[in-house]
Formats: sequence, structure tokens, C-alpha cells
Amino acid sequence: MDKKIKMRAEGVNFFYGRSQALKNVDILIHANQVTALIGPSGCGKSTFIRLFNRMNELVLDTSLSGNIYLDDLEINSAQIDPVHIRKRVGMVFQKPNPFPKSILDNISYGLRVNGVKDANFIEERVEASLKKAAIWDEVKNRLSDSALKLSGGQQQRLCIARCLAVDTEVILFDEPCASLDPISTAKIEELILELKKDYTIVIVTHNMQQAARVSDYTGFFLLGELIEFGKTQDIFTAPQDKRTEAYITGRFG
Amino acid sequence: MERHFDEELRSLHENILRMGILAQEAIFKSIEALKNRDKSQAQEIIGSDGRIDALELEIDEECVDLIARHQPVASDLRFVTTGMKINAELERIADLAVDISQRVLELADKPLLKPLIDIPKLSIIAQNMVRDAIEAFVKKDVELAKKVVLSDSEADKLRNLIQDELFDYIAKDCNAAPRAVALLLISRHLERICDHTTNIAEDVVYMVEGKVIKHHSGKI
Repeated sequence: MDKKIKMRAEGVNFFYGRSQALKNVDILIHANQVTALIGPSGCGKSTFIRLFNRMNELVLDTSLSGNIYLDDLEINSAQIDPVHIRKRVGMVFQKPNPFPKSILDNISYGLRVNGVKDANFIEERVEASLKKAAIWDEVKNRLSDSALKLSGGQQQRLCIARCLAVDTEVILFDEPCASLDPISTAKIEELILELKKDYTIVIVTHNMQQAARVSDYTGFFLLGELIEFGKTQDIFTAPQDKRTEAYITGRFG
Repeated sequence: MERHFDEELRSLHENILRMGILAQEAIFKSIEALKNRDKSQAQEIIGSDGRIDALELEIDEECVDLIARHQPVASDLRFVTTGMKINAELERIADLAVDISQRVLELADKPLLKPLIDIPKLSIIAQNMVRDAIEAFVKKDVELAKKVVLSDSEADKLRNLIQDELFDYIAKDCNAAPRAVALLLISRHLERICDHTTNIAEDVVYMVEGKVIKHHSGKI
């Protein structure tokens, strides 16, 4: 635990109405590392990741207690603008969700809504973001084409590029490969490993092998509790909790 | 929840146990052949090593297949990877029983250099260690595995005693050298059997608890 901590949650409880989805969760997210969150459907892992950029407050009748920090900033403080947090903490979803606009407009959108008008700057940033997301070579000659014409895997990398364009620091991936074929999945995984040099990554995945392949740290959620958290190597070779062991070996249930 | 995978793991477990029984039998018979100066028994052990080699390959293939198809993790992963290592150790143990048998063939037609006392003692330590290591594997018994690891120093001490005694024989009578060297080699083979068995016991501790005690036996 000697690496820098980028985000941390302390005593987080979260409710949908009266139903408690997260119970007293503490976690440390290490900077420039990949943290995977695993667990069965409904265990709270997606709810938890969505707290990291205040996405859950868009859902009605929810309540949160506890603290979540981005560096030393408590992200739920009254004076903090959620848009500012979502700029620093980007998110990539299960289903690629490009805007029904051109490839260029998808990437430049975040910059424009943040008031950037310098065309040269935007052009440079679009190219750099697409390059970082390993899709530049595939789209550089058709930047004005609709993003919806891209394949699923390309659309997902475009969505990653869209995050990168706005100076994001943390990227949250919620099942980013669930709708992709193995080749596109492999490309996203390679990209995640590349991106961690510059960004902090948190990934929710149902694919245990994916968690094992790409992450440095793994947390196992069950019924809203973080049951075990540790180095991925330890979790996948010698987990300490019998429930983690049962889940990752498929003996669950 | 019972998985189909559990059935395949059980089959691997049974094959490793079978390998253990064959290795144990090979050591026992090689020591009997030595004690009884029984050439035909020694030849039988040498001849039946092919069966153990074939089983080693079968177990290896089984492990690779399980890894490729199931990508095991946690206790399953530890079981399959230690299974591969234990398999290799058992095959080496059986090879050492063959080596002992070859020394038996060299010694059988020559007069006894001395009454055999310490070599049978060493062989009992080796056989007990192999028996306990296999039992520790079968029962996932960490304490028994640690006992095996600790027994190794007893074997090393006895082997050193045997070595000193045989050096004396060679120093006194150079004609005794070929028989003394054969006995020295036998004690060396037995000591190596103990070393391989120690590795098996250390692997069992890792398999059960996920803790590496290899090269740290002083801290057990």
C-alpha cells in the first residue's frame, strides 16, 4: 500500500428508497493502477462505481452517507459542481453510447461545452485523444463520418477517447466489454493497460479472467458489502475469505 | 455447489494418488531387493518404470488441459499447479528407486562389504516421509506436511554418518571402493528421495493454505 491513493471511499452507505444497496464500504483506489470490482449481479458494484462521479444522484429517491474523496477533495461537498467531478472522473459504459454526431464532434463535444473555442487546440486534442484510445489509424480519414457507423469495439474506443479529451484523471469502466467480441475485448484490455500509465482506472466486470488479466487490485462485492479487497494476484491465487473463493471458483450458490 | 470441473479435479487427484502409490511401491521394492540381494526384483523395478513415466505424461496433459479449458483460480489453481509439481517430484522419486535397483545389480554378485544397518534405517525414514507426504496431500493435512519437511534433516544427518563410515572403508582398503561407492550412491539416492518428498510436502502447504514455505523450512 505504498502507492499514491487517487480516490478513497470511507463508510459509504447507499440506499435506493429504503433498500440498502451498499453497506459501510471503505476502499482505496491507487493512482495509475487498475482496480477491478467483481461480484454477482445486484451486489452493488455498479452502484458503487457510479458514486465515484456522482452519477447516482441522477436517480430519484436515493440517499448516500459516508465520504468519497478524489485526491483530498470530498466530491459530495455542497459547493462542488458534479460536472466538474465528471470531467475529472470519466465513465465508459457497458453499451457504447456515442452521440449521434460525427466522430470529430463526439470527441470535441466535451471541450466545446466547457467553452473551448480554439479550433487548433480542439483539432490537436481530438487527434491526441483518438491516438491514446488506439483508434486514430482506423478513423483519421473519416472524422466527419457518423460515429454510429463504427463497429461496437470502435464505438467503445471512441467513448474512451471522448473521456480522454477533457483532461480526465480517473476512468470508470462499467462492464466495458460485455457487448464486444473477443478481438474487440482484447483491444480494450490492451488499451486499459496502456492508459493506466497516465490515468487511474476502476473497472466493474463480470468476467473474472478479465479482472485477473487487467487489474492490479481487486475488490469482491456481495450483497452490498465489500467482502475482500487486495492485490489481484493474492485474490486469484489465495483469497482469504471463503465467499470470495466460492465466487471466483464458480462454487457460488 | 458441485461443478463438472470438480469431477475432473477428482480424476486428477486420483491419478496423482496412483502415481504416489507406484513411487512408494518402487522405493519399497528397491530396498527389499537390496536387503535380499534380489536381482530379479531389481530388474522388475527397472522394467516397470515405463508405466510411471507414462502416468507422469498423462497427469501433465490432464493439468495442461484443465488450465486451458477452465482457467482455474484460487484453491483450484493451487491444486492444479501443485499437482503438476508433485507429479514431477514423484516421477523423480521413482527414477531414484530405479537408480537404487541398478546399484543392487552391481552389488548382488559381490560379497557384502558390511552388514546393512544404517541404509535400511535411512530407507525407513525415506519411506515414512513419502507415505506421510502422500497422506498429507490426500487429507490436505498441513501439520503432517510440515512434519515431513522437518524430517528431512534427520535423513541428512544419517546420510552424513553413512558417508563417513564408507569413506573409512575406502581409506582402509581400496579394493572395497567399488562396493563402498555403490552403497554411497544408494545413500545419496535415498537422501534425494527425502529431498523430493520435502518439496511435495512444501507444495501441499501451498496447495492448502496458499502460503509458500519453500526455502523457509527453518521458520516452520
